This record gives sequence, C-alpha cells and structure tokens, in this order.
Amino acid sequence: MITLNINGQPHDVDVPPDMPLLWVLRDVIGLTGTKFGCGIAACGACTVQLNGQPVRSCVTPVAAVGNQSVATIETVGATPAGKKIQQAWLDLDVVQCGYCQSGQIMSATALLNTTPNPSDADIDAAMAGNICRCGTYTRIRAAIKQAAKGA
Amino acid sequence: MSQGLLHGHGHQAIHHQSAVLEGAGPELAAAGAARRRFLKIGASMSVSAAAGGGMLLSFAFPAKAADLAQAEMDANPNAAFAPNGFIRIDNTGLVTLIMPKVEMGQGTYTSLPMLLAEELEVSLDKVQLEHAPPDEKLYTDPLLGGQLTGGSTSVRYAWDPLRQAGALGRMLLVSAAAAQWQVDPASCKAADGEVIHPASDRRAGYGSLVDAAAKLPVPASVPLKDPKDFKLIGTPLKRLDSPDKVNGAAQFGLDVRLPGMLYAVVASCPVVGGTVAAVDDSVTKTLPGVRQVVKLDNAVAVIGDHTWAASRGLAALKIDWNEGSNARLSNADVVADLAAAAQHTGAVARNDGDAGKMLQSAAKKIDAIYQQPFLAHATMEPMNCTVHLSDGNCDIWVGTQVPTRVRDAAVEITGLPADKIRIHNYLIGGGFGRRLEVDGVTQALKIAQQVNAPVKLLWTREQDIQHDMYRPYYYDSISAGLDANGKPVAWTHRIVGSSIIARFFPPAFKNGLDPDAVEVASDPPYDLPNIHVDYVRQEPRGIATAFWRGVGPTRGTFVVESFIDELAAVAKVDPVQYRLDLLDKSPRAKNVLQVATQQAGWGTAPTELTGYKSGRGVSVMHAFGSFLAMVVDVGVDPQGEVKVRRVVCAVDCGMIVNPNTIEAQIEGGINFGVTAALYSEITFKDGRVEQNNFTDYRMLRIDEAPLIEVHLVKSTEAPGGIGETGTAALAPAVTNAIFAATGKRLRQLPVGKQLQTV
Repeated sequence: MITLNINGQPHDVDVPPDMPLLWVLRDVIGLTGTKFGCGIAACGACTVQLNGQPVRSCVTPVAAVGNQSVATIETVGATPAGKKIQQAWLDLDVVQCGYCQSGQIMSATALLNTTPNPSDADIDAAMAGNICRCGTYTRIRAAIKQAAKGA
Repeated sequence: MSQGLLHGHGHQAIHHQSAVLEGAGPELAAAGAARRRFLKIGASMSVSAAAGGGMLLSFAFPAKAADLAQAEMDANPNAAFAPNGFIRIDNTGLVTLIMPKVEMGQGTYTSLPMLLAEELEVSLDKVQLEHAPPDEKLYTDPLLGGQLTGGSTSVRYAWDPLRQAGALGRMLLVSAAAAQWQVDPASCKAADGEVIHPASDRRAGYGSLVDAAAKLPVPASVPLKDPKDFKLIGTPLKRLDSPDKVNGAAQFGLDVRLPGMLYAVVASCPVVGGTVAAVDDSVTKTLPGVRQVVKLDNAVAVIGDHTWAASRGLAALKIDWNEGSNARLSNADVVADLAAAAQHTGAVARNDGDAGKMLQSAAKKIDAIYQQPFLAHATMEPMNCTVHLSDGNCDIWVGTQVPTRVRDAAVEITGLPADKIRIHNYLIGGGFGRRLEVDGVTQALKIAQQVNAPVKLLWTREQDIQHDMYRPYYYDSISAGLDANGKPVAWTHRIVGSSIIARFFPPAFKNGLDPDAVEVASDPPYDLPNIHVDYVRQEPRGIATAFWRGVGPTRGTFVVESFIDELAAVAKVDPVQYRLDLLDKSPRAKNVLQVATQQAGWGTAPTELTGYKSGRGVSVMHAFGSFLAMVVDVGVDPQGEVKVRRVVCAVDCGMIVNPNTIEAQIEGGINFGVTAALYSEITFKDGRVEQNNFTDYRMLRIDEAPLIEVHLVKSTEAPGGIGETGTAALAPAVTNAIFAATGKRLRQLPVGKQLQTV
C-alpha cells in the first residue's frame, strides 16, 4: 500500500511501485482530468505538479512520488496562479477540442509560480513540451501574458 | 440514450482582435442589399406539446441545399413532413436543442445554438444541448449524405433551418401571449426569453406561454430577421464548452469509468494485412493485475485491472505474425504504382476548351510532378472505445463523428438488433477525420465479445500512429502552356491516388471519378479557358486510407497554388500580380488576395532574421464555400531547417456567425497545416509503418508556431465552411515562400530534409 498526497488529500493505493502516476490518478483514483497522450513524456498531456514543479505523470513511477504533494487540474484553480491562468484561458477562449489543455494549464501555472512575468522565451521554454494538435498556441501565449498582467 | 446534457454557461463578448474589412468586389456590393426573407414553412415545421409539459418544435433540415429544398417545397406544399431537428422549450423557458453535430474543437456547440437563439430571442445561456441519438433517417446531413460531423458543413447545414425554427417558436409564443392579453400580436415583441406588450407594459416569460403556444397552428410563413438586426450572429461569443475544458471536468471517450470496468491495450499486426500466427502468453498471465489475453485474427489484446497492468502484460507477450503478401511493401512500391497509373487516361473531372491542342501550340510548356505523403491524424486523444456486452444489450462509450456507423458496426459484429445497441457519444479529443472511421470501435467490440465485463480499449500512441487509416499518398502530373506574354493558355492536371469516397460513400463515386480527389484541382479560381483535369484511382496495396483535415482541397490547393507560382516565375511576373490578372471572374477570391497582400505588406521585404534566408509566399483558395488568401514569411537557416515566421490570412466565409470561432479555427488550422507542410510523413518499410510516436512523427510546438493575423472580410453571402480552410491553404504559401527565399521549388511534401545541405 502506498500513500499519496493528491490535491491536499491522502490516498492509499494498492498498486505496483513502477506504475506511472498517470494511471494511478486516472484508473485507480478516478481523476480523469489528467490525460494520456504519448506515454513517453513527449507531449505534456499528462502534466501534473509535484511540489509545484511540472512533471510528466506518464513516466513518473508512483514509487518516486513519495510524500511530495501532487496537484492536478481538478484543483489547480484553487491556487492564485491556477485561478488566473484558468480565467485567462476563458477570457481568450483558448480551448478547441480541449484534450491537451489540462496539461497546458498545469505547465502554464507552474511557469507563473516561478516566473510571474514571463518573456516570450520563458513561455517557449516552459511550454514547448506541451503539444496542442488543434494549434491553439497563439492564444496560449496570449493567455499566459494576460494572466501575468492580472497579477 | 444520449450522453447527458451539456449545459450552457454564462458568456460575454470578448475583445475582438481582428479587423472586419469591407468587401471590395462587385459581387459583394451586389449582395450587400440585405433582404428580409419570408419563408414558407407550413410543410417543413410542426409544433406539439412536449412530454412532461412545454412545447416541441419539429423541423426539417433540407433534403438538398437550402434554396433547392425551398423551391421544391414551394412546388409541392403537400409533401410529407419528415422532421429531423427538434427543439424543446419547457415550462421554465429552458430551450433544448437536440444536437445532430458533435463538438471536436471546431466550436459547433456554440455556433449552432447562436443561430437558434438569435431568432427565438433568448440569451445563449438559455439554450442547452443534447447529443442526437444515432438515427440516419432523422439526422442525415444533406451535404454529407449521412449523420456525421465533418467536411466543414455544420454551420452551412444549419444556417437556414435553425433560424427558421427559432423564428417559428418566437412567432407562436408571441401569438400565445397576444391571445392571452387579447391584443394584436403585431403590438407585441419578443426579447430575452419574454413576450412584451409595451403599450400596457405587460410581459410574460416563454415558460408560461409554451403550453398555449404548442396548441397553435403553424403559420404559413415566418419572417426572418434582417441581418442588420442580429444581436448574436456576427458577434464574438465565447465557446460554451470552455469552462469544463479548463478544470478537468470535460469528459472525453477515454474518461469513461464504469463499475467493474476492465482495461485493454492491444497490439495489431505490424504488417499491413498480416495476421496472428501464435501467441506465447505464459509470462503475461503471471503478472499481477492481468486478467485475460484476447486473441483476434490480426491482433492480440491484454485485459487488466488498469491500463498499466494491461500494458505490462502486452509488453511480455511473444507474438508470431503471419506477415502475408505485404511483408516487403515499401513506400517506393506505392510511388511506383502511382507513377505507372499516371500514364493512363483518367476519369474526366473538367474539360473546357481544348487544353491538349493549346498545349502543343503554346509558346512555352511547363511540366511538373507533385507528390504528397501518407499522413496520420495523430489526434491528441488516441483511439479508444469502451464496450459492455451483457444480457443481449450492447453499450458503447466513444467519441465519434459517425454515430450511425458505430451502431451499424455493432449490429454487424454482435448480431444484435439495432434497438439493443446504445451509443453514448462523448467529446472528441481531436477528430480531423479520424473519428469518421469505426475500425477502433470494431476492434473494441470483438475484444468485448470475449470479456465478461465492461472493457475500455486504449490504443497506445504507437498503436495509434502505426494503425491509423492514412491520408492517401497523392501523385499529380500537371502541365501548362503559356503564350508569349506568359499567360496560361492551356492547363492539364492528372490526379492519381486512393479513392476514399469509393469506400466511404460509394454512391458518390461515379464513372471512376472521385469528387473529393479532384476538389479545387477541377475548379481553380483562375480564368483558364482551356483546362483538362482527370483522375486515376490507384489504391496503395492494402494500406487503409481515410479523410484528413481539409480533404481534397488540402491536396488540390498545394498543387494548384504551387504550380501557378511556377508559371508566374517562368513568366517573370510578381506572383500576386500574376494571380490577380487571372481572377477577374472570381471577385471574392481576388478580394481576399488583395486584402491579405495589403495587410501583409506584399512588395516590402520580410523582416530579416540573422543567419536565415527570408522569403514571402502567397496562396489563394476557394473551397468549402469560403475564400481564403494567405501570405507566409519563412526563414531558412544554413542547415536547411525552415521556420514559418508569420502568416497573414484574409477570409471571406460569407455571413460571419461567430468571428471568434472563425479566427480560432483559422489559427489552429494554420498551425495544423504547418506541422504537415514541414514535418509530417508516414512511410512504410517491410510492410511496417516506420514512425512510432511524437519523437519521429513530429508536431509543431509553441516555440515554432508562427505569428498569425486573421482578417475577416465582411460579406452577406450564405456562410461557408471554416474548420478545414486554414489547413488547406497553408502548405503552398510555405513552399512558395521557400522558393522566394532559396530559388528551390519543392514539389513534394513535407519540406522535411529536402533543403538540408549535408
């Protein structure tokens, strides 16, 4: 039995230690907001935060999580940066199909937490790991800047 | 049967960043006289009491293009009434539209309710949506010949009928209120979900009027609003589906969770057309969490307590495959077949004048071969489908563009009657044509037949890339003859490739001609007095092909717009001027070209980027009922790597329903097109797809994405499609810009490594 601290709640899960956090969240705990995209940390759809740092949960074994706090899309709106990012996403109507947007928002929120006024280069560096097949990049960039401005 | 309700959310107008420009062409001016339309509706709509109270409006999406249907109705007012659209208004005034289209990012869940709400005079948050159940008779899209979402048709399909239905509802509600108050209906007005009698300051909410309105006769005609009075149509309303997509609540097919559900992953035979020979599952069956190994003819699935257990189990399998006749198949074989087929005469798609003769006598003759690769769809949500077979019932949970085809597949595989098949349709995590196909559903059904529980099948990214149904490889042979002034006096174009239509929609494949394969090619916007276009069908040896964003126009525009650029270069005329000189008969195309080039500063040099060669290219397109022009700036670095830096796009898509959605679709379509133009290519070797995942099937990322400017041209024409246009027009503007930068003409996509110097 492994105890995880997810969105401020302890969860006891009976899973193999090498099981990626993604599948624990989705299949065991039922937090399906975190998405599967590639399984090899190449697309960012599965991004969550560990102690505030963005990580790809599809390649993060649950044994490596320990008692770090896991934050997912379901509660990121309760943090000041997450709330600003979500609001900017709504104000600029960023989403299209929406499938990748959980990961985009988790990466963008982590960026704002460390870099309150990101430059274009900062945005490139923080967000280049998140693919959006619908191509919403123009609005993602604009929304991050708007969220930063609204600090 | 339907997947719950998608509730409307609050919304407000947002800042609209793009300019709306007045049209300049004569056609636009002529059409500018907006008219108030009275439509005869007696034969096309009905009203009745809804079960549980309220009113039900039933109406017919037309059997053909709207005007044709109207003409038929005028001629035969007693034609049988077969409604295929439904709107319920309940006693609280809540409006429910039974939604025949699915949302896959294109904004349909916002734009269609806008059409209804505009005429019904309700705010958008009073309209909620329900997915239509699969019923081909009721929900067929007349532009597509089936209940499906694709081909950039949704707004075109709904434009007249949804507004008419809204107007009818409004009229009946006004009449009900006027009768109650014993006043002239003309002295009442409807606004924001209420009927108002200003003279006596009386008002009544729609909810209080629906029962009475449901008993009224349907009037012979209903006035539609003058477009100048539109309150919603033409405004940049926000998407209704955004709030749930920013907090993780939105439910895609892959997010289904059911009591007792098991998880499946699958390995299909890596060789096209191969089958399973033998499976050693001795290790797999010892792994914790693995429940079962399921063998199909051409695939093996592992069923587990969660996706990870199933994945580990799959990795531990030892499978021997019968590779079959395609074990040596490579791209070179496919291309050789296409090149050989290009020597044959094809089915004629267009023949004006005498192109053959004029080609012989032309002052100059130019020949070219263009090639476009197989492409995977690579939707971010990989293929998945959840099935539960029990007690003679079949439940399917899936995000699909084609619910009736899903049902038909289930009937065929399970042998159950159609009324025992329940389809729960979900949001689509990217369609682009992929979810017009039911191959994944079929496989999930076959697996579920062997599993005694609900089972969710997930295709890993590798399975998704390697077992897609691909955009076909196309091979185009094109020639032109120029007169002494460099004007084209002859144009011949042969398109060779797979026919998706022949498989997908056989009635549309007539006399060897695939209308999708020749789209744009058979009707370029240019004045070409002698033009001959034909099509030769050549299937790629068992490789499955399917529609891909932009369909025929994506392929046709690349060839036509590249080749016209070649002709301009031979004629030594500026590529924009060369096009303008040939567009007098297509004023809307001419206008978007002028707008795009003016906004982009055509004629000035693109901003320099140190170390890069810079170039600017252009494209024009008429497809999906819309007109686009793009101006693209590229930079080519010393290693031959291309950066698309800026795209300026002018769009005339007729009447603008939601400029915000249109801009979003153009922006996204452009980025989707940049991925394809620069990177995308599926190749075969030894019968196997060589690409695996996003590491070798590369996607555009935010740091590579161009600056995009969208300019919407004001128009009073009926709305055109928009979801595919940005993709379809992009590639030739990129390769034309590369030509401007380097002098190299790329006749093959993707750009890939073609410019690499080492």
